[in-house]
Order: sequence, then structure tokens, then C-alpha cells
Amino acid sequence: MLKQIEGSRAMAETIALCRPQVICAYPITPQTHIVEGLGEMVKAGALTGCEFINVESEFAALSVAIGASAAGARSYTATSSQGLLFMAEAVYNAAGLGLPIVMTLGNRAIGAPINIWNDHSDAMSMKDAGWIMLFAETNQEAADLHIQAFRLAEALSCPVMVCVDGSILTHAYERIDLPAQEQVDAYLPPFEPMQVLDPADPVSIGAMVGPEGFTEVRYLAHHKQLRALEMIPDLAVEFEERFGRAAGGLLHSYRAADAETLIVAIGSVNGTIKDVVDEMRDDGHPIGCVVLTSFRPFPLARLHAALERAGRVVVVEKSLAVGLGGVLASNVRMALRGLATPVHTAIAGLGGRPITKGSLRRLFEEAGRGTLDDITFLDLNTAVVQREIERMDALPRPGPIAENILRSAGPPMSRAV
Amino acid sequence: MTEQSYQRVKFYQTGTLTVGNRLLDEVNRTVQASMSRSNALTSGHRACQGCGEALGARYALDAAMRATDNQLVAVNATGCLEVFTTPYPETSWQLPWLHSLFGNAAAVASGVAAALRVTGRSHVRVIAQGGDGGTTDIGFGCLSGMFERNDDVLYICYDNQAYMNTGVQRSSATPPTARTATTPAVGPEPGNIFGSGKDLPRIAMAHGIPYVGTASVADLHDLEAKVTRAMGLHGARYIHILVPCPLGWGSDPADTIRVARLATESGLFPLFEAEYGEVTASTPIRRQVPVEEYLRTQQRFAHLFKGDSPDVERIAALQRAADRNIRTYHLLRSAGDER
Amino acid sequence: MNKPFAITLDVGSSLVNHTGSWRTSRPLYVDRLPPCNNACPAGENIQSWLFHAEEGNYRRAWEEIMVNNPLPAIMGRACYHPCETSCNRAKLDSAVNIHAVERFLGDLAIKEDWTVNVEAPPSGKKVLVVGAGPSGLSAAYHLARLGHGVTIMEAGPVAGGMMRFGIPTYRLPRAVVEAEVQRILDLGVELRLNTKVEDIAGTMKDGGFDACFIAIGAHLAKRVDIPAPDAGHILDAISFLHKMETEAEPPKLGRRVVVYGGGNTALDVARTAKRLGDEAVIVYRRTREKMPAHDFEVEEALDEGVTINWLRTITQIDEGSITVEKMELDASGYPRPTGEYETIAGDTVVLALGQNVDTSVIARIPGVTMSRDGVVEVSPNMMTGHQGIFAGGDMVPSERTITIAVGHGKKAARHIDAYLRGAAYQAPPKHELASFDKLNTWYYSDADKMVQPALDLIRRRTTFEEVMGGLDESNALFEARRCLSCGNCFECDNCFGVCPDNAVIKLGPGNRFAFNLDFCKGCGICAQECPCGAIVMIPEDI
Repeated sequence: MLKQIEGSRAMAETIALCRPQVICAYPITPQTHIVEGLGEMVKAGALTGCEFINVESEFAALSVAIGASAAGARSYTATSSQGLLFMAEAVYNAAGLGLPIVMTLGNRAIGAPINIWNDHSDAMSMKDAGWIMLFAETNQEAADLHIQAFRLAEALSCPVMVCVDGSILTHAYERIDLPAQEQVDAYLPPFEPMQVLDPADPVSIGAMVGPEGFTEVRYLAHHKQLRALEMIPDLAVEFEERFGRAAGGLLHSYRAADAETLIVAIGSVNGTIKDVVDEMRDDGHPIGCVVLTSFRPFPLARLHAALERAGRVVVVEKSLAVGLGGVLASNVRMALRGLATPVHTAIAGLGGRPITKGSLRRLFEEAGRGTLDDITFLDLNTAVVQREIERMDALPRPGPIAENILRSAGPPMSRAV
Repeated sequence: MTEQSYQRVKFYQTGTLTVGNRLLDEVNRTVQASMSRSNALTSGHRACQGCGEALGARYALDAAMRATDNQLVAVNATGCLEVFTTPYPETSWQLPWLHSLFGNAAAVASGVAAALRVTGRSHVRVIAQGGDGGTTDIGFGCLSGMFERNDDVLYICYDNQAYMNTGVQRSSATPPTARTATTPAVGPEPGNIFGSGKDLPRIAMAHGIPYVGTASVADLHDLEAKVTRAMGLHGARYIHILVPCPLGWGSDPADTIRVARLATESGLFPLFEAEYGEVTASTPIRRQVPVEEYLRTQQRFAHLFKGDSPDVERIAALQRAADRNIRTYHLLRSAGDER
Repeated sequence: MNKPFAITLDVGSSLVNHTGSWRTSRPLYVDRLPPCNNACPAGENIQSWLFHAEEGNYRRAWEEIMVNNPLPAIMGRACYHPCETSCNRAKLDSAVNIHAVERFLGDLAIKEDWTVNVEAPPSGKKVLVVGAGPSGLSAAYHLARLGHGVTIMEAGPVAGGMMRFGIPTYRLPRAVVEAEVQRILDLGVELRLNTKVEDIAGTMKDGGFDACFIAIGAHLAKRVDIPAPDAGHILDAISFLHKMETEAEPPKLGRRVVVYGGGNTALDVARTAKRLGDEAVIVYRRTREKMPAHDFEVEEALDEGVTINWLRTITQIDEGSITVEKMELDASGYPRPTGEYETIAGDTVVLALGQNVDTSVIARIPGVTMSRDGVVEVSPNMMTGHQGIFAGGDMVPSERTITIAVGHGKKAARHIDAYLRGAAYQAPPKHELASFDKLNTWYYSDADKMVQPALDLIRRRTTFEEVMGGLDESNALFEARRCLSCGNCFECDNCFGVCPDNAVIKLGPGNRFAFNLDFCKGCGICAQECPCGAIVMIPEDI
């Protein structure tokens, strides 16, 4: 059914169709509308067979989900940014125990400095915890991925994080096709836990594993995600068959067949990138892009195949490995092992800075000319940073960088630069 | 408020302070006296000799298993209890058990309870358990949240008054003057200082939850009665059990119960119950002892008695604290009161 | 369930970890000797019969007494209960009222007509018992139960010895004595009254007796020379009490009786005199603390109106009055004369200065030796210097109580039995004493002693009715349950409950417990929390 609906609301209504049984919620921008929507549905009786629990912190939220999942209930929560870090211990715990929790991550920057706008630093902070991580490109996909996520999580007994760009995919109003309950039921059977707390068959879950067994446990976790590499495409195919549209999968290419330059990105920025690709193609540039949907497991082989004929690759990412460079880019480079293809890192959109078509076009054209640096910070205000570096070099103890930039730039900093 | 919440069997009815008594009806004996007790925590665990927590956990869980007809799930915080019971490949738990993390046993338990409810298994009850560190410090936030929501969980804190599993470091449950690795017995105020610490049972009471109780491994009948009572209620419940740690306290492993008894008989650890924020019953002191008798049993207080001059002032301060408890909870009843 | 590797474990998997390997010491269940058992001259297993009594198994409890002592109803009245003096409960509140429970059981047995059987096959041997006092009766009983033929020859007209002629009826009703004596005779023991044995050896030969146990007691009064110029009325306590027992009319004593002596006999005479309507004054040369009589009897006597003149010796007896000299105690507690005299009124003087053994018959037996005190010397197996002739009771060195006499009878019977079979009786080694320090008394509920009802004073002064009443059943049960069961497991389940490692196995009611040494870490909590001290920690062999 078509609805003109806020992205968060679409996700909430879709998640509700997945028949979750325990939902726990702690407010944090920009995911809050999702859980508010679910809470309202539970309270109004529209979503039955579900308990909605207002917890006292994100740590408690995921903890409640862990307990609920271990006791055999389909469990869901959502968070962003600081909240994800606050539940970090539980994030690793859920993956380590193999509990099929689905969590929406409304991607938002992590402080300091505190910033409530979108980037991927939160997702990247937990990328190695063992969760499956899927990135939505559009509002429609943001909703649809949740249906696949529950199915995937429960099939593998592995938690799944559905990453949706905060503000962009959560707060925008778009036309969404919401499925019918029967469609979702046909795709997603009731939860049958692999292990469960049951007085009739008692077990101890969460033993202490020492050096003699720990490596094997971790190997098996890795193996599980490698199994997901096979399962994710299959589930996407089945989804398209049942619901009549494409969503999910490991990755998809756009106008990449004869591209000289290939852009790789995750999340909603791909929409803008595709627009730029179209414009540049119209002007004769041999350019295309690869939209990476599954970030974990990282589809090394599929990405290799998608990129191997390109002359160069530009990774546009909303994340930064401080002291190293690109996070996504480093993962992409691993896919291109054995090839000499240059991979450029473009750090863009940090802290919610808009990524404009113009900026991207200039970036891609530079890449095409071969004059792009190894690492580029898109739309960096070089004057500000230069001034700051000079000031820091002059003084022995400069103080917080953020404070200084604000002072030197004067109010307000929100203008586009 | 002078009575206890359960009626002690009088001697001429063959009353008993022992675990069992062949002259008593089974119903008046403790759960522990029964050959068919659950042994929810069975042999083969790696607790130290004489571990009070191992004992307290079996006491509490067996009572809860009996009260719930074995329909029970336990969630356990990180700590001694979790570590010595589940080193892969061995577990000594015989009931469904989940290790949470250090600070979230209460929240995980809330989740378990919600799942049981929503999947139509409300008759299965949930216990969350942890040590004092995992409850009063790192677990405080989640505990408070569980209380505030009145989630249907019984939280049991096994209080050995320090972070024992990591090597005896001070927690907010460590009593004043006690030596720990982070409150060493050196300097002008050796051991833990006065003026710090939390009274978790009273904090629990401040949340207005249906039931709060304190108990001790030295009084099994009392402990079982409280667990049983708690399992007969719904909503957030809290029981705080004193469990001596021979290693951390520096007491003789054989003295574990004796030391716990002295803690109660001196007034330092009062046994009481509260409902919805008000104290409803207390267990009277049977034979009062001065705090010194309790302190001398443990090396962690040895610095108070060093040389020929005991630290009179600080011992007196502890005695005052004990006396305050005695007044607050009416722990000394006059002859003729129900015993 | 599809359990993830290593993270999720099956129930019971810790049972492969035998933590018993950690031990440096290990617990051991022991039986220790309860102080009451240890103190009982008759060797009763008091803790054991209290154990049965507290369960309400009164018959079983009584049978347990009867293993060692055939006279429980008498003991419960006349024994001076050294068991209670040594009872550990006294250090808690007050000693268990053991004698009162024993009396309850004995009286119940009489009421219900309970009997014991002779289980042993007939041995074909015959034993002669001379004297039907408590010692002889006890020996006869035990010998009969061991399968031997027994004949008791009693010089007097009734059986009982000092039970009849020494202890007044207000302390020991005769119906009780008769019932318990008859029960012994009902085992097949032959009793010949009015049969004085002059020639032991001859009697043995004529009767075909294979051994002999002599227990004729000490029935001769000690004499002392006191000037009695007017031949005042002087009696000895023994003949007085004897006349009380055997003659229809009590002896005439006059209005005021002076009893000379400080033992129980003196008190018995004085209290008897009071009941006959006379005034009674006891004259004793030392103080109350030094009196050989048991203090509770002194108390009862004083309650009944007996007067006691301490620190006095009689120097002259005249018609209607006696002269006494005041004494004082020297540094070592011995009385010495002060030279001050006084006169007190008295119609009759009864001398209660001690008793001697009639050694006339004994002394003639070759090999038998006497001590300087005039008692017969016996070896540790109760045999005199003459092979096959044993002796016991007041006539051998002893503290001369009825219980000791009963104990001698049992001991002698065992040795006679061994002698008759050509073997030697070896008493089993005793367990370690269950002293108070070995108990954990916290676990015993507070419970004050049940006291027996006593006859009111008016009745005590005017009748010979029994002064002390018995406990009723609920009180006797309560009292039996006050027993701490020192040193002997009474299945309180403490050890089973307090083991942090679940390493105590409960074997079921009546079967106590066992340690699971696979898991016991040797912490010692069980030993510490055992209320009755029935667990010790011993070093582990490492």
C-alpha cells in the first residue's frame, strides 16, 4: 500500500508487520521516531503480541533485547551514535551469544564534539563486533531491509543492524509502498530459536571460554558471516519475487559495465552519486558506481568482480579512521588485492555536511583527470584548518580544537562553505 | 512492627534452628533439608573452600525452585558466581541460566520476563543475581530502571562487600575500616573510610517496589522464607544476602556461617523486610554480641587490633552504626515477644 | 536445541570436575561419648534412649535402658543422677532432667506391663547370687539375659536391699520396687528369701553353681562410743529404717529425735521421723557444704521442718537430752573441738554414722582379701581373690550409690559370663568425650527445664506419699527433646545443608549421611556447624 510517510514511520510500520514480540526503546535523535511509532502502535492495540518497554539507557535497551531473545521472543531495538557506544558491551555480547536481534541504527556522528547529524562513524565503531550490517539506500529500502533482517538474523542466529542515514532516511517524507501482513508472514515465519531458556530443557548460556576454545568460537562467528554472504543474495531474490521490488542483496552496480571510474559508497549518498553519474554519462564520462548494501559481511569476491575492470575507484565515505584515512576505503582496497587499481578515499559529509552534486562532480572529474589525492576531505574549509594549525603550532597547549574553530570562524558555523 | 513475616516454630512444637529436624514435619523443615532439593547449583564448581556465595546461591535458588515448581530462569551478572560456575566446558547450574554482562543483569532479566510473558509462559519466573559490585556500582543504573518499571524480576544481590573476583577491590558495599586492595590498611585512616558507601536495601525501598528483604547464609529458615515470600509476589523485588568470603575477608573457611551470624547478632547486618517502601518486619537478634567479636574473626579488620592499642575510636564508630541499626529495625526485643 | 559451541553448556557438566582433589583436610563422621553416658555408673546409653524417647518411641527408649539397667523406675527416683551433673546442657540453661524422663519411661513400662526377653540360648551354667539388693538383682538380670541359670539367695524376708531398708517410701514407693523386681524374676530367675548363706563354697557345690556373685551390701551400723550414763534411747539408722520397713507399727521414738550424722541416711531418718509426727534435729560435726548428703535432699529436709545443728559433736547422751560440743573447721576443713558445750533436748538418738559390711561369711573364703576399710577387694573384673567368686555393690570399694551397685552387677555379669565360657571380657574402647567445646550450641532452641511437680509441704510432713511427682507425657517429651545429643548425629541435616559444594549425601531417615569425597573441598563448615560435635576434620593424605 502506498503512503506518503515519514521514513521513520515507514520503518515502524514495516517492523510492526514483522511481528516483533519485545521492543525496548531509549530516545536518541535521529531514531526516536521509529520507536515512538512502534510504541504508539503497541499502546493503541494495533500491534498485538508485543511488549514495549521504556528502558533507562541504551545499554539497558540492548540488554533487554538480549534477555528477551534468549528467552525465545523476537526482539527489536533502535539507536544511534552515542547510544550505540553506550551499549557497546552489549553489542559484542549479542553477537557473541548468537542472538537474532534486529536493531536499527539511525546513523549519526559520534562526539566529541557532539553532533546530531548524519555520518557513519557510529556504524564503523561497531563494524567488527560480529553483527551483520546492512545499509539502506532509500526510504523504501530502509523499510524493506528490516523484513529481510529478521529473516536473516533468525536463519543464522546472528544479530543484524540495519543502518539508515539519520535525518535523511528517518525524517524525510517519501512515497513508500508498505507491504501487507500476509506478504510479510509468507516471507518471515515465526521465530524458532536455536537455543532458548526453558525450564523443560535447561542449559547455561554464556560460559567463560578460555584460550583452549576462544579461537574456535571466533572462527565460527566469522564462518557464520561468510555463510551470510550466500544467504543475503538468496533472501533478496526471494524478496523481489514476493514483494515485487528489489531490496537488499550484497551490492548492486549502476552503469558500471564500461566504466573507467567507479564510485563506491554506502547508504543514501548513492542517490546523489547516481544523479551525478547520470549527468556525467550524459557528458560522455565513462563513470559508474557500485552501491554496497552489505557492509558486514563484506562481499570481497563480489566487490572484486564488480570493480576489477575499472581504471580507478573512488570511495566516497561518511567515516574517518583517524590517523589512517578511510574506513570503507580500506575495506574496499582489501577487495582489490592483487590488482594495481588506484583507490581514492573521499571523506565526505562528516557531521551531516551536505554532499552536493556539484562537489561530487568536481571530485569525480578530478579523479577522471588523475589528479585526485589519495585522501580528500570533500569541501574542507582549508582556510579555517590552516589558521588553526598555525595557531596550534605557535602555542604550546592549544585547547579543544572545536572551541577554537568556532571562535575563529565566528557565528554561525552552519552556513554551507 | 515487631513481628517477623513468618512464624518460627516454637520449641515445644519441636522448633528448630537447624537445617532440618527428623522430629519435624517436612513442611516445617527447610528446602535444603530435603533429599529432593533442586541443587540448582551443584558440585564441581570452582568456588573457594567455604565460599559463602556458593552457599547463598544454592539456598536462594533452591527455595525459588521449590516456590515456583521449578519454573525458573536465572540471569547472572559477571563476577565470582558466574566465573566459578561456568568455565567452559563445565557448568554447575541445573536450571536455565544466562550470563548477562557485568552491569546489566537486571535489564537482561527484564527482557527475559517480557519474553516469557509475551510468549504465553508467565508461570515461568525470573531471578537476576549478582555480587555487590555488579549490583550497587556498575549495575546500579539497570537495577534502578528495573525497579522503576516494576518489572517482574526478583533481583538477588550476594554481598561479600568487595569486588572479589578481580582480587578484592573496594565497592560501594565495602564497610568502613575494611581492608581491600584499593583501600589498603595503611596511612592515617587504614582500610575503607567512613562517610562513603550505599545502603542498597534502603535505596531499593526508596523505589517503592513490592518487596525488599535482607538475609544471611547464617539464617537459612529466614532466607528461604524471604525468597519464598518474594516468589509469591509479582513486580520488582529485591533481596540482599550477606555472604562471607573467606579469601577476601581473611576468615577461616570453616567460619563462613559463624561470621555471617556474628554480623547479624552484632547489629551490623540487620535482617528485615519492607514492602512498598516501608519496613514491615525484622528478625530479632538472639544473642547480641559487641561488634568487636565480629571484627576479630576477619583479617580485613586486623589493623584495628594491631599491637596493644586497638583503634578504639573507629571500632566505636562501627558499634554506633550497629546500634543505630538495632534501633532502626527494633532488633532487640524484650522477653515475651514472639521468637 | 542447536547450542553454539562453548558458549552454551549442558546441565551437570561440572560433575566431571572432582574438586575433592583440592582438600588438605577432610571431614569424618564420628560418634563421641556423651558426658551423661560417661558419667552413668550403670553404663546406660542415655543419649540413645533419649533419642528414642524424643521421637515418642517410648517402648524402644525403655528397651534401650533395659539393655544396661533393669530398674529404670527406681533409678528415676533414687539415682543421684551424675549424668545431670555432667550434662552439657547445664552450660546452656539447665541440665536435661534425665532422671525424670527415665522415671516416666520406667513408670510407663510398669503401667503397660512391658517386658524384655531372653534372646540368648541357655548356656547350661548356673550362677549363685547372694543378696537381693540392687547389685545382686542387676547381676541376676544380666546373667539371665545372657542365657545362664540364676538363683538369688536373700537372707531377709523381702528382696530389695537398701531400696527397701535404706530409702524411705516417700522417695521410692514400694509398689515400684516390687514391680521391677518381679520383672527380673519373670525372666526365670529363682529367688529364695529368708535364706542366709553361711558357707559360700558349700552352697555352690551343693547347688551345682559354676560361679557366684556376692552382693550383701553393708548393713552393719558403724558404732561410736558415746557416754550414755542413763542408758538413753539410742538406735542405729539401719535398724530403724529396717523396722520401718518390716514391722507393722513404726518404732516409738518419743517427741524429739536427734539424728547424728551428715549423710543421706541421716536425712532419711530425720524426714521419716518428721512424718511420724516427731520433731527431728540433725547433729553434724561439720558444715552444710561438707555434708556428704546431696544438697537437694538437705533442702527438702529443711523445707519439711527438719532442724540441722552444724558443727556439733555429741559428747554425752542422757535421758531426754544430749550434750554437744561445738566444733570449728581448721584450715584444712577438718573439725576440731572448741571446748564449748550446749545441751539439746532429745528423746531418742539415732546414729547414722556410716555402714559396715558383715564380713563374717566372706572372710572365711580362702583367697578373699579385705581392705583396711572393711570392704572386699576385687579385681577390675569384679572377681574376689577366690576364683569364680565375684562381688560388688556396697561391699566392695565404691561410693555406695544404688546406681553404682547396679553398674557393678552388670559388669560382674559380663565378666562372669566370660569366665563361664572360658574367655575374657574385653570392654570395647571408649570414644572421645563429647565435651561442651565440641558442640555448636547456637542451634539448640532456648528451652527451660521441665520440673517435676512436688507434693505440698503439709502433705510431705504428715504422710509418706511420694514427694516428687512424675512428668506427664508432653513434659517428658519436651524434656527428652532438650537433649543436645552430644557427640551423636541426630539427623538435623545441618551438614547436608551447609556444604557450599553439595558434597554431603543424605542417606535417608535413620541412615545419617556420607561425604562425597569426589567434591568435598575440606572447608570444614560442616564440622563447625554440627550442633552435637559429630564431625571432625582430619588431615588428608596428600
